[in-house]
Amino acid sequence: MDAGSLAVNEREKSIIVKGKQKKQLVCDTDSAAGCVSQRACVYCGARVVLNPVTDALHLVHGPIGCASYTWDIRGSLSSGSELYRSSFSTDLQEEDIIFGGEKKLARAIDELVLKHHPPLVFVYSTCIVGVIGDDLEAVCKAAAQRHNIQVIPVQSSGFIGNKSAGYRAACNALLRLMGPEPTPTRNLNSINYLGDFNLAGEAWIISNYLRQMGLEVNVTFTGDSRYETLIKAPRASLNIVQCAGSMHYLAQKMRELYGIPYLNVSFLGVLDTTASLRMIAEHFGGSGIKQKTEELIKTETDKVIPLINGYRGNLQGRKAAVYVGGGFKAISLIKQFREIGIDVVMIGTQTGRQSEYETINDLVDEGTVVLDDANPSELERFMVEKGAHLLVGGVKERPLAYKLGAAFIDHNHDRKHPLSGYEGAVNFAREVYSTVCSPVWKYLKA
Amino acid sequence: MERQTGFARNAAENPCNMCMPMGGIIPFKGVEKSMVILHGSQGCATYMRRHMAEHFNEPIDVASSSLNEKGTIYGGEKNLKLGLDNLIKLYNPGVIGILTTCLAETIGEDIDRIASEYLLDRGLNDVSLVTVPVPGYGGSHSEGYWMATRSIIARLSREAPANRRINVIVPHISPADIREIKRILQLMRIEYTIFPDFSDTLDSPFTMPYKKIPIGGTGIEEIAEMSGAAATIQMGVTASREISPGHYLQDTYGVPLYNMPIPIGLENTDKLFAVLKQVTGKDMPESIFSERGRLLDGMVDSHKYNAAGRSAIFGDPELVLAIAGVCRENGITPVVVATGSKSFMAAEAIKSSAAVDVPEQSLLAGTDFARIREHCREKSVNIAIGHSDGRYLTEKEGIPLVRVGFPIHDRMGGQRLLSVGYTGTMTFLDRITNTLLEEKHKNYRHGIFDKFYTGKMA
Repeated sequence: MDAGSLAVNEREKSIIVKGKQKKQLVCDTDSAAGCVSQRACVYCGARVVLNPVTDALHLVHGPIGCASYTWDIRGSLSSGSELYRSSFSTDLQEEDIIFGGEKKLARAIDELVLKHHPPLVFVYSTCIVGVIGDDLEAVCKAAAQRHNIQVIPVQSSGFIGNKSAGYRAACNALLRLMGPEPTPTRNLNSINYLGDFNLAGEAWIISNYLRQMGLEVNVTFTGDSRYETLIKAPRASLNIVQCAGSMHYLAQKMRELYGIPYLNVSFLGVLDTTASLRMIAEHFGGSGIKQKTEELIKTETDKVIPLINGYRGNLQGRKAAVYVGGGFKAISLIKQFREIGIDVVMIGTQTGRQSEYETINDLVDEGTVVLDDANPSELERFMVEKGAHLLVGGVKERPLAYKLGAAFIDHNHDRKHPLSGYEGAVNFAREVYSTVCSPVWKYLKA
Repeated sequence: MERQTGFARNAAENPCNMCMPMGGIIPFKGVEKSMVILHGSQGCATYMRRHMAEHFNEPIDVASSSLNEKGTIYGGEKNLKLGLDNLIKLYNPGVIGILTTCLAETIGEDIDRIASEYLLDRGLNDVSLVTVPVPGYGGSHSEGYWMATRSIIARLSREAPANRRINVIVPHISPADIREIKRILQLMRIEYTIFPDFSDTLDSPFTMPYKKIPIGGTGIEEIAEMSGAAATIQMGVTASREISPGHYLQDTYGVPLYNMPIPIGLENTDKLFAVLKQVTGKDMPESIFSERGRLLDGMVDSHKYNAAGRSAIFGDPELVLAIAGVCRENGITPVVVATGSKSFMAAEAIKSSAAVDVPEQSLLAGTDFARIREHCREKSVNIAIGHSDGRYLTEKEGIPLVRVGFPIHDRMGGQRLLSVGYTGTMTFLDRITNTLLEEKHKNYRHGIFDKFYTGKMA
């Protein structure tokens, strides 16, 4: 941005216009105070990643709010236990802050384990726990011994970093669950799928594809996962990583510890889905797998391409603004929008990484605004300046788009319809059509 | 009565309340040209914005001082001041609410000092800073609401010459409810200051161009002159004296206080008109009298259907109290009456909801949905009345839910739900009755068949 063109100087280094300047975008920094960042906290990052573990008891050690705002708000589906849909809290009170919350936490674990019999408890630390210095490790260790189950502390005090730090805390918790030892046996053609939270059954859709290719999903991190399946994760012969922002670290660690190689994939949009399936088939080699993969791709694309093209006619030439959580989603969306004839004129993420921003910069057209950790003022300004017809975002961004008279795509964890794979690509095109071409907009212009 | 406290209970399972800062944000949205900054880690502001955006379907901008590790160890003053700088640059507000959070309170931030120093440092005289200490562990969102409402009045009001206005202080009701109260006052030609007035700001009409701070809210000058009003009508009997804004005005400026329940239900609405008569000498207008008559007519029409109702009521203590009244006066038996708030006043409100003729009522304060669910089963509840989190009772126990209160995040139009006054009560009661009827119609054929039919299947 030109100097002085933004009200807040601290934000200038986090915004670039492609082609206008050579400088590199700065990301993964602390949010600027007072700017109304759209980011959440460390706890949020950890909870997002771990919550889909269906038979775990998710206990928030802290005041009631942190558990209240995260109770069953996401669309992760389960094929078994429903325990993950409950939100548990030690509901800390003033006296606990003064005298410490360790005893209460221990009693809470006892009480809840007795009632729900989970094989696994995640104990999330919150801001105050980090300050009053409760020894989460010790309490969890003792509780694990008492009940003979896994009780894993998640170091997610809100102030120790941004949402990405929470992803890392969650990955560390998962690593503890799997243990440091590599397993002697390795299942051939067995895949761990990292970074899919089974929103609206998306992990099931992808598992079905892989099965048709002659491969088996060992466990998904963490959509529809269970204690029993998670601890067997080290047996897989390949990790595929979709949401790299949250799971790249886990993939690296698993390669280090268990020698499992990994591939970055994305199942958003027809192009990326096809490319990812081919990449996986290529990894395993073998003409059988490759042939089945090509058959699958042909059947599915024959089915969906005409449907998607049907929408494309009405959408050609529209302009999109994108503001999502992670980089992988942003990258895929640029390509996916192209599939339906739409150009991305503004794009940003809450927690994208440097390498992802480089890819974004390579993909977008000249003049596209790229921004990290944006706020409502910036979203408003650039959407208006660039003439965006629609915004992709989460719950907080939705009303802003509508107030600006722009269409909106819900690409968040709350949605109830899948956007992954070939089915998801059709859903996406349909959703774009249903919002962009709605009759309501014409009444706003009067 | 079962009153669970932090000592008695080790874990909450599926909370029935939110935290103090959440409640504290809402009154600020009812002040003209106002913004809020939460002094704490970034997540608090984001979670609360998300929660509110889903309910109101409005952009909810709330800033954060985005405290990091350094700020937590060495003090967050620098972050807060920088946050105020940026907030002013971006929004240019007339009032800024500075709300603490768990983190700021625990590390002992002195926000009063920081705020007054900040104004001096920057030489600002066109913006007012209102500080509110609301640690998340200090109480529920209900107490946070009252504390912020009181703090705003305490900070902005000043000795003013006596005026003819009456103050109307509202609890956390819907924007539509606030509009209805204003309609009644306007119809009666009563001069008033209603506060906090988020009827436009949190339910704003579509206009271009977009405004970062929506138009509306109680004016700063109006709040300043609440001290000179003829009387205060506060719909807040569950606010304890230390956090009650009406008591503040009475104790500080001698403004007579009429503290009453939310005017939902016939009796409570009658009470409102009785108080208005007492304060202004004005009678109920003819058109309102007709609305009252229509409500009576409707109550008679529905009474036998309502008699089948065994209700569970939960949410903000103030709202729970009013809804329990609606149930009782219509022959619906409130068998479970619950709030997540642990305050003494909340417990008192729940206790006073007890119906003499209902043996073994479950009266729960400081509770959660796991407990409410157990009591619903025990008491054979067939209708739940409260905010959207009660969908848990629908999913687990098949109990239909009439949505009212906050948050309503799984349906549209929470901000437009009207329940106050005679007309509001009628629409609210219709929603309850029709929910009971819907269940009846859904179930009676196979229910009766299963119970009585013993012949051969055709």
